Amino acid sequence: MAKYKMHVLVCGGTGCHASQSDLLLDNLKTIVADKGLDNEVQVIATGCFGFCEKGPIVKIMPDNTFYTQVTPEDAREIIEEHLIKGRKVNRLLYVDPENQEHIADSKHMGFYKKQLRIALRNCGFIDPENIDEYIARDGYEAMAKCLTEMTPQQVIDIMKKSGLRGRGGGGFPTGLKWEITNRSVSDIKYVVCNADEGDPGAFMDRSILEGDPHSVIEAMAICGYCIGGEHGLVYIRAEYPLAINRLKIAIEQAREYGLLGKNILGSDFSFDIELRYGAGAFVCGEETALIHSMEGLRGEPTVKPPFPSVSGYFEKPTNVNNVETFANVPVIINKGAEWFSSIGSEKSKGTKVFALAGKINNVGLIEVPMGTTLREVIYEIGGGIKDGKKFKAVQTGGPSGGCLTEKHLDVPIDYDNLIASGSMMGSGGMIVMDEDDCMVSVAKFYLDFTVEESCGKCSPCRIGNKRLYEILDKITQGKGTRDDIDRLRNLSTVIKDTALCGLGQTSPNPVLSTIDNFWDEYIEHVTDKKCRSGQCKALLQYFIDAENCVGCTACARNCPVNAIAGERKGIHVIDQTTCIKCGACMEKCKFNAVYIK
Amino acid sequence: MGQVKSLADLRKIKENQQGKMSLREKSNNPESLVQVRVAMATCGIASGAKQVMDFFIEEFDKRNIQAVVTQTGCMGYCFAEPTVEVTLPGKEPVVFGYVDAKKADDIIEKYVKNGELVEGIIPVNYETIEKK
Amino acid sequence: METVKITIDNKVIEVAKGTTILKAAKEAGIHIPTLCYLHLHDLNIENKPAGCRICVVEVEGRRNLAPACVTECLDGMVINTHNIRVLNSRKTVLELILSDHPTDCLICAKNGNCELQTMAQEFGVRKIHYEGEQSTYREDTSPAIIRDVDKCIMCRRCEMMCNEVQTVGVLSAVNRGFMSVVAPAFEMNLDHSECTYCGQCVAVCPTGALTEVDHTNQVIRALADPTKTVVVQTAPAVRAALGEEFGMEPGTLVTGKLAAALRRLGFNYVFDTDFAADLTIMEEGTELLDRLTRHLNGDKDVPLPILTSCCPGWVNFFEHQFPDMRDIPSTARSPQQMFGAIAKTYFAEKIGVKRDDLVVVSIMPCLAKKYECQREEFATDGNPDVDFSISTRELAHLIKQSNINFNDLADEDFDNPLGESTGAAVIFGTTGGVIEAAVRTAYEVHTGKKLEKVDFEELRGMDFIREATIDFNGLPIRIGIAHGLGNARKLLQDIKDGKSNFHAIEIMACPGGCIGGGGQPLHHGDSSIIKARQKAIYREDAGKAIRKSHENPYIIQLYEEFLGKPMSEKSHHLLHTHYFDKSKEIKVVE
Repeated sequence: MAKYKMHVLVCGGTGCHASQSDLLLDNLKTIVADKGLDNEVQVIATGCFGFCEKGPIVKIMPDNTFYTQVTPEDAREIIEEHLIKGRKVNRLLYVDPENQEHIADSKHMGFYKKQLRIALRNCGFIDPENIDEYIARDGYEAMAKCLTEMTPQQVIDIMKKSGLRGRGGGGFPTGLKWEITNRSVSDIKYVVCNADEGDPGAFMDRSILEGDPHSVIEAMAICGYCIGGEHGLVYIRAEYPLAINRLKIAIEQAREYGLLGKNILGSDFSFDIELRYGAGAFVCGEETALIHSMEGLRGEPTVKPPFPSVSGYFEKPTNVNNVETFANVPVIINKGAEWFSSIGSEKSKGTKVFALAGKINNVGLIEVPMGTTLREVIYEIGGGIKDGKKFKAVQTGGPSGGCLTEKHLDVPIDYDNLIASGSMMGSGGMIVMDEDDCMVSVAKFYLDFTVEESCGKCSPCRIGNKRLYEILDKITQGKGTRDDIDRLRNLSTVIKDTALCGLGQTSPNPVLSTIDNFWDEYIEHVTDKKCRSGQCKALLQYFIDAENCVGCTACARNCPVNAIAGERKGIHVIDQTTCIKCGACMEKCKFNAVYIK
Repeated sequence: MGQVKSLADLRKIKENQQGKMSLREKSNNPESLVQVRVAMATCGIASGAKQVMDFFIEEFDKRNIQAVVTQTGCMGYCFAEPTVEVTLPGKEPVVFGYVDAKKADDIIEKYVKNGELVEGIIPVNYETIEKK
Repeated sequence: METVKITIDNKVIEVAKGTTILKAAKEAGIHIPTLCYLHLHDLNIENKPAGCRICVVEVEGRRNLAPACVTECLDGMVINTHNIRVLNSRKTVLELILSDHPTDCLICAKNGNCELQTMAQEFGVRKIHYEGEQSTYREDTSPAIIRDVDKCIMCRRCEMMCNEVQTVGVLSAVNRGFMSVVAPAFEMNLDHSECTYCGQCVAVCPTGALTEVDHTNQVIRALADPTKTVVVQTAPAVRAALGEEFGMEPGTLVTGKLAAALRRLGFNYVFDTDFAADLTIMEEGTELLDRLTRHLNGDKDVPLPILTSCCPGWVNFFEHQFPDMRDIPSTARSPQQMFGAIAKTYFAEKIGVKRDDLVVVSIMPCLAKKYECQREEFATDGNPDVDFSISTRELAHLIKQSNINFNDLADEDFDNPLGESTGAAVIFGTTGGVIEAAVRTAYEVHTGKKLEKVDFEELRGMDFIREATIDFNGLPIRIGIAHGLGNARKLLQDIKDGKSNFHAIEIMACPGGCIGGGGQPLHHGDSSIIKARQKAIYREDAGKAIRKSHENPYIIQLYEEFLGKPMSEKSHHLLHTHYFDKSKEIKVVE
């Protein structure tokens, strides 16, 4: 049997896949074989490395070489230079944005230094389509331990002690949820994995399912054992074909091994998993809406109580947990509640995966201990703001969250701190904004999303969000008034107070947090009709540069609304109150004297 | 694929597979392991570096020593090829020249196991050693 | 009974565990406004999607406001139903709803009868602070119902009626977010769906989103046409409800005023559908006995039970949903259609008017009747047996606009020969009535004995599915009754599964029967109104001199002069029908 001297790991996550990592993988395999290296070099596809900014990623082990933006054509050079001659291909190495140095070892990359990967422990490390690799990393050992050595209550106690809280956004204690479902009396109970990830820019769950599907399967089985349920359902977006495929392969492998099915590991416990596809409606991430969607009904939420743990899928007790939550479970069982609870902050234990996006150097997927500050995440892991621009805000919690500013940078990230700061954890989206971003437009962007994604069931969300959007749009069009800001605030408060489900109860957060933190910008928009970032095109103003103006009168003659005054041979001036921003003056000026600001 | 009927079955699969993946596991935290870097440029390969590398990999395995063997480009000591850099946990790297199977065996038995220095050290870290 | 103690608006009360805040408040004499919520208490129908968010109240210690309609009282709860936070939220939500609602109240079919309008008036809304784009949709006109869903407020009452009560499944929420609306699948038109036109959606719609197709103008035009002789028939349930439209107590019988008003309106002959109900009993009762006898004699080709067929919503239902069982219902036409057929033949001949010059108008508590009278099989050379069917509500409009002071009218009688009826015919208007009427006649015909007591209490009531066994002189006749199409479905499924042991089943599409029909004055969620109408119907029956259909002298005369005997060839031609498989008729249109 071949004893590999080197492992070449190629990222097979959706992002890298989209940049031809599959072709790259084929090339690597073919050339390795051509060179007769197939007994020494193992080439495999893994899940996401998280460093999606610079994909496709190729990592070479054991020397930890981290190649970025590798094209299929680079395969030959990597093999001939690195694998054969031992010379790293410099041009493909990651360049530190701080000092422009090539970093050969991924461990020395700022992106990875501060990370602690628990949920993502196997992503970018194992071949997700090979169950043995998962087993080699303690896979299914936690389940085996639970089934053979522990009672459901003992497992629940560990989960409770670990302090794990729901990673989908709610932050409900996982162990407690399991206990409640365990206590619900019923002939049938269900374990549901919520993989309906819907926040814009978020892909934590997708990456876990693509990179380490077995961790979720194992955790669902453990959950089934704890609550007394034999049926597992994964509600996954149909737009995640790769994750679906990997999950299907993993379920099949687990079945073949008897790790899913009847009498697992010779115990009395049977468990199996089916997939249910969602059509990508954001609201179906809400657990009651998710359950109704699985039942074949319209995906809209119903009032809780009853909670799904008491009455869920087809009115049976149903334990719904998010993908990332599940991915934490096997490690907690294996390493113990104390280990897990030693990581993180006072009330939020463990780590959290975030999808870093926006105006940041290292866009990608990261996992950090709870309690890490936003500054560490943005500047150390994220590598700071792109193009040396100034940091303005970071939006956390997706459409339900809020925008945090400079003054929040040293807040340790956890459930409670984020809420206290006016935002929330959400599922882990983190979008960084710089000085070019208009905060009114940011709020409008999120409202546009919630207007689109509202299920339409309750009036405050169905109509109220639409009205919020309309008012914000009006402000970005330069037609807003001071009164509009008050209306935004009152309407936001009422929507939060009266909406039926979490979507509506949080959808005004981007509005409220931007009003609170960027009051000046709102005022500028409505009173000065100015957008400091220049993003609101309607608020741009036309000016005549006195230096360049020769007084030819061409602009004044062509202005349809007579907004330009000036004597022949004298400097012309545009009256901003009359100007309709048609641009005719700029077009007619032969001396480049007209400019926009 | 057979069915996994017990924890023991599971462990069997695990152990079997762990051997295949140890390379990756080890490279996750090489600082705590013995790290051997074999210069594998044309000069090194011509002088038998490949065989030396294979020897290290196999023997570490046989002698149950947790080590990471990687290859590197030319270290610049072409006169002394094959050259090998050995880093013990918490120690500074040491480079050995003219390494053949016998020398490699010496390095493992004396330096790696007991920290005794072996002949043929190329004093790259001369100053560092002196400072100590 | 376990109870919990709560404080509501500073009042401490004790309520049963599981009581919602809304119900607890009611017990405490506090009226919390609601919009989407609907509770037809006596019919056990409840709609509480908690979608409108008008009924929100403040519960101390809770982060957000709680919808009173679905939030259960917990021990120690402190509730405030009208502090500034609640009032502001409630009014803002109402303004939001109004901001997405047309403001053409003055010309809306529901003007003065709209729950949203009433609420806006009660809340004193003078300005909508959040005006913006309104969601608009295509208007959908069917033979009976108009959907103007620009006016839909997503209360989902119609959806609940259509799906949970009627199990027809035509209406449900479609689209998302701002464009969400209740509509048939793919936003098809109603007439391309399996809609039965039962009109229960219209009966519960709080706004003008669902209304009946208004045929009053056609009626006015016919009345004004000197070449036409216009005949009117009025269904039994109308007389027990019409008074409500004129401010009378629910359950007031206005039979005499109704006849007087119709005469004032200018109808040449004021007749009664009750006459045709008696005729129906003759035909249907005879068919029942015939099928029963043949079945008991071992004729396997004769299926039992026999199902009533007076209800057009019900006929539409089984034609769509159980087409393979369409040989089970009686072939007897509904009273409306029997009346039309007789009026345009027997009566037209009698008064020497050509068919084309005779216009038959029906006053019905029903919207499906509008569709029924337009069915092709109920027309001769394109001339329908019944020209126009208008609802109780439309009649009220007609009376009001014709300057008739309904309340002051002196009672008058119906005209003859088609205006005479028995008590058996009157009870057609309530669930259980048709079968009771049939039993009164079938018993006497079958046994040859005179019934000592004509009141069959065991067939009456409001329970959705009822069953009773009537002793036909040693022969036990098992009778089933269902009202509400969902309950009809259950009995039908039992028949399909071979689990039914009834001999005869009465089915009415609307909860309560015709008294709760889709064309009746709106009950706005007060089911006691339907109960009061039922009482009135039985009161009318009890006061009648003749209470068995076969004793109606004009019915006897009709058979003697014209039809011969029940189930005769002429009867078959004029009074019976056949049913169609409509399950294939669902078309998806662009």
